[in-house]
Amino acid sequence: MEIGIATIAFLILFPVLVALMLMFVRGDRARSYITVVGALVIACGSIFCATQFLSPETHVYAIDDGVALFIDYAALVIEVGLCLYIFVKGVYYKKPLAVVLAVIQLGLAAYLDLAVAHDVNVANELYIDNFSIIMALIIGIVGSGIIVYGLGYMRVHEAHNDGPDRRPIFFSVMFAFLGAMFAIVFSNALTWMLCAWEITTVCSFALIGYTRTKEAIDNSFLQIVLNLIGGIAFSGALVWIGSFYGVMELDQFIATTLSLAASGMGVITYAPLLLFSLAAFTKAAQMPFQSWLLGAMVAPTPTSALLHSSTMVKAGVFLLIKISPCLGFTIPGFLVMTVGIATFLFCALAAISQPNAKRVLAYSTISNLGLIVACAGVGSDGAIWAAIFLLIFHAVAKSLLFLCVGTAEHHIGSRNIEDMDDLFQRMPRLARLMAIGIMGMFIAPFGMLVSKWAALQSFAQSENVILLMLLVFGSAATFMFWTKWLGKILAIANNDAADVELTVYRSEWASLGLMTVLTVGCCIGFPLISVSVVAPYLQTMFGVASNAIPIGDLWIMAVIALVIAVIFLGFSGSTKKRIAPVYLSGVGVDESARTFRNSFNGVSAATQRNWYMGDIFGEKKMVLIGLVVSLTLIFGSFAFVTQSVAAESETLAGITAARDSYEDSLWEQNDIDFNTYQQYYEYYRQYWEQNKDALRQSMGIESMDDLMDTLFIQMFVQNAASGTQDSGTSGSEGGNQ
Amino acid sequence: MEIFGFSIWSIIGVIAFLVIAPFIGCILAGLDRKITAGMQGRVGPKLLQPWWDFRKLLAKEDATVNGAQDLYVWLYLIFIVLSGMVFFAGGNFLLCVFIQTLGALFFILAGYSSRSPYADLGAERETVQVMSYEPMVLLVAIGMFMATGSFYVADLLSAEMPLVRYLPLIFIGFLYVLTIKLRKSPFDISMAQHAHQEIVRGIVTEFSGRTLALVELSHWYETILFLGWTGMFVVWAGGWVAGVVAVVVALVIWFFEIWIDNNFARFKWETMLRSAWWVALVAGTVNIVYLLFI
Amino acid sequence: MSNVGKSPWIIHYDGSSCNGCDIEVLAALTPLYDAERFGVVNTGNPKHADIFVVTGGINDQNAPVVKQIYDQMLEPKVVVACGACACGGGVYQTCYNILGGVDTVIPVDAYVPGCAIKPESILDAVIAGVGILDEKAKAMKMNPADKDRSEKDASTGAHASVADVDDGTNADAE
Repeated sequence: MEIGIATIAFLILFPVLVALMLMFVRGDRARSYITVVGALVIACGSIFCATQFLSPETHVYAIDDGVALFIDYAALVIEVGLCLYIFVKGVYYKKPLAVVLAVIQLGLAAYLDLAVAHDVNVANELYIDNFSIIMALIIGIVGSGIIVYGLGYMRVHEAHNDGPDRRPIFFSVMFAFLGAMFAIVFSNALTWMLCAWEITTVCSFALIGYTRTKEAIDNSFLQIVLNLIGGIAFSGALVWIGSFYGVMELDQFIATTLSLAASGMGVITYAPLLLFSLAAFTKAAQMPFQSWLLGAMVAPTPTSALLHSSTMVKAGVFLLIKISPCLGFTIPGFLVMTVGIATFLFCALAAISQPNAKRVLAYSTISNLGLIVACAGVGSDGAIWAAIFLLIFHAVAKSLLFLCVGTAEHHIGSRNIEDMDDLFQRMPRLARLMAIGIMGMFIAPFGMLVSKWAALQSFAQSENVILLMLLVFGSAATFMFWTKWLGKILAIANNDAADVELTVYRSEWASLGLMTVLTVGCCIGFPLISVSVVAPYLQTMFGVASNAIPIGDLWIMAVIALVIAVIFLGFSGSTKKRIAPVYLSGVGVDESARTFRNSFNGVSAATQRNWYMGDIFGEKKMVLIGLVVSLTLIFGSFAFVTQSVAAESETLAGITAARDSYEDSLWEQNDIDFNTYQQYYEYYRQYWEQNKDALRQSMGIESMDDLMDTLFIQMFVQNAASGTQDSGTSGSEGGNQ
Repeated sequence: MEIFGFSIWSIIGVIAFLVIAPFIGCILAGLDRKITAGMQGRVGPKLLQPWWDFRKLLAKEDATVNGAQDLYVWLYLIFIVLSGMVFFAGGNFLLCVFIQTLGALFFILAGYSSRSPYADLGAERETVQVMSYEPMVLLVAIGMFMATGSFYVADLLSAEMPLVRYLPLIFIGFLYVLTIKLRKSPFDISMAQHAHQEIVRGIVTEFSGRTLALVELSHWYETILFLGWTGMFVVWAGGWVAGVVAVVVALVIWFFEIWIDNNFARFKWETMLRSAWWVALVAGTVNIVYLLFI
Repeated sequence: MSNVGKSPWIIHYDGSSCNGCDIEVLAALTPLYDAERFGVVNTGNPKHADIFVVTGGINDQNAPVVKQIYDQMLEPKVVVACGACACGGGVYQTCYNILGGVDTVIPVDAYVPGCAIKPESILDAVIAGVGILDEKAKAMKMNPADKDRSEKDASTGAHASVADVDDGTNADAE
């Protein structure tokens, strides 16, 4: 029990501590030392967490009320601080939209914390389950690895930068960000989660604007504006569930929603689900909010790798996967899956037209997140299986790719894929790692494709034609843009091109090696992860623990993955055969440079550029279609839900009033005056202690938390149901009491 | 009866594919050239001409354009064979498709690795070809799953009705992309078979001698695999009758592909991509909706 | 018995011919003559071809091209000079830019006369080339580890002249 809280507290607070230290350290050597040690400790901490708490059940932890209250206020202070920071920045850079949104967010957060959340009892503030352990491992290992990579990368980056060395800020924000991510994945108290959510937004804002060029500033404000919309939606959802359900815990929210849906009251749960989905869309850069992630590519590459591919954007899909049991066959669920799959298709198609490697990675990130989002929207066990694996494999393979592109950029002076021609000779080791990363993203036997297979299967099971059709075309587009890149870097010119990778820093190699091991290791360990981590989680979530893909087929894939990895990392690239020059129609001058004698007896070079299919799948066209589709869907579902909520508004009012009056009557009956929630809680505890055995036998209630849940939900559903049956009359009666 | 957990029929299927497929593929390739010659009013080569070509290529001098190409071609062959083994063992059709795509990827990489203008262009066109046929092939798998509730080819052998009963439009769409997969005109844009030419020899321009022999061998395996996919649509729990029907249908379709090959001029890649995607979109959507209603 | 001769793939190159012979080369591939009967395929790619069919004479501009195509063909390989110009320069022999027949740049294994050459003669020449191809393949087989082509050719005896001219390409072969 205690060790759980201690682990979580350590994982959240230790990165913050490192961040504070790094803020004041100026020396290169000291910074490297602190960063490496800090990263190692965080990675070990997350592994410890995994070994300690990996189990089918969810561990929930209640924090001492005084401490919890203190953290509540601290969260409020942090949120206010963040909003003020954005406000000041917005005023300074003359960005009115950001200022307005910051003010709205400030007001909403204050209202939420002081007026709504304050009155709601939170039983369990923290939790650990298998999915949050997976996220913690990604944050702890992949995230730390990327920060270590940043040491070498930022040294080169600053060497090209005339301004003041701002690396202390850079590294401390990166570490603070890790702490915030841990807080997101372990918080059951939604107000804490919101606070961490906002911290990641602001960390991203600070890092995108890191270089302080006009482009960087503009893009950082684009990010903050779109993500503030998400933050406001998140706060709105919390206000809603706080005031109507009287709930401020993630698991309680899910339980309430499910029981409401089970009793035919699904419609009134749509509003918070929609708001949560909207928040997740912004964070996961789903259409129509995808533009911030593309703009974020101006940030230094470690930022792109950490925030914009492997962790921060995963917070969005994390939230959706968490609430996905509520999403199946609902309006928000339909919105989530259609927006997700549309994003998957249109961003994959847009990626074909991109020559810039980081933009290709960005579009592919958005596209893959779209697939995860679509899986969450389907909400079946198979779909969630696919979503979790997509999340894992995307995190490792994409960070590997980002780091490879970053290193390549520093050594060949370009992030354009055309300039990566012949990388196999110029940077032999890096090209192989990059090849593994690329193959990890789109081809069997690597995890992304196997997960996609599971996604396809779950879509087929859900019999959704739209999902299936968009998925198959999106997959084909994915094949196109990855293959042409892969082909480019694996080309061999047989000239004596200088090996330019000798100057790559050791820290960069270490991280690249780590990511490669993770990419391949996760593929090989795929069956094991499925059986021991994901299936138990699905068991608790859905009551079934099937592997979406037969274990035998997974093992075949694992073996092939191992073989390919060994070959790519091991083969020498030399041959005993005679090396023949390539065919240039008999007029070749220097075949390795592809020059030939032209008809004027001069020398021309044959050049070969990738296909971009701009007139078929141009970026503008695809983005436009995607925007129209996603905006239509979002506005449509909001309009629908607003209308249905308006229709149910009396019921809702009734529910709230009935709940209040029920509690009042309960208290009066027992002649207890509840002044504080402490007393309220104490009352239930005593009730539980007295009637423990009877409750266990008659109602199957196993713990006090269960009791509170059951009492509350029963009461809630009864009142809500009577509210609808009498078309609001009993609701208004409740209101009058 | 089972050996190491595999049914005896799976093992027979795998061994038969490994051993017999190249020979049948070779004879079909020879027959293809004979029939083509017949359609053009010529005598044509001997039936075993592809075999002699293969032997000749093995006897040629060893040369290559770089140290990686041969490896990729080997991987291409291995994965095509593996994919066929999965299929003829009655395994997961989607697994078969994915491994086949992996093979296709290595074929493309072999082309790219040479950095020759012709092979490079051929490799890019091959990529477009994969992109063109991939949706339809995945739709076959989806249709199969939705019709029978399983991705396993072996389960088709115990189905009451052949797959084509449920997937008529997907079958037609599949035939459309089968022309791409068999590299027949009008879709032979990445490389052209035997007497035809396109951008010299497209993706295989830089393969020579033994490497080219391996490519030929892979193509024989591929032909049998794709004809197996075709036959898959018409098998049911009909014992040997179903088997004969599947073989006959596959051969008829194969003859039909040769007829198309000889009657159409090569398309541009845009036409190929657009038409293949439209066919997949229409055939797939209508057929899946049809599946939901029966 | 070598199998090389059963599958003679050709590459056709037009030097500075009047195109008369080239039309006949194409005619040889048409249904009327049907060169594919003998397994002949016009590959258009030196890396796949076994028989190099050259029409027209050699001039300063195309001499390196012919040489390069020849070098890119894999052993065993045979060169067939088709038509009077390819054999010795033909009517253009005395032109200022003509060096002469194909054998001025690469070793020729079979000379086929005619102006223009007849399709039947081309087929004859290819069949003759096939015989030489078989012999060369046999020689290669006898010395599989031997990379030196001049020695191989010397062992066949019949093509000593080929070896002499061929020396220049040995550097590439190594």
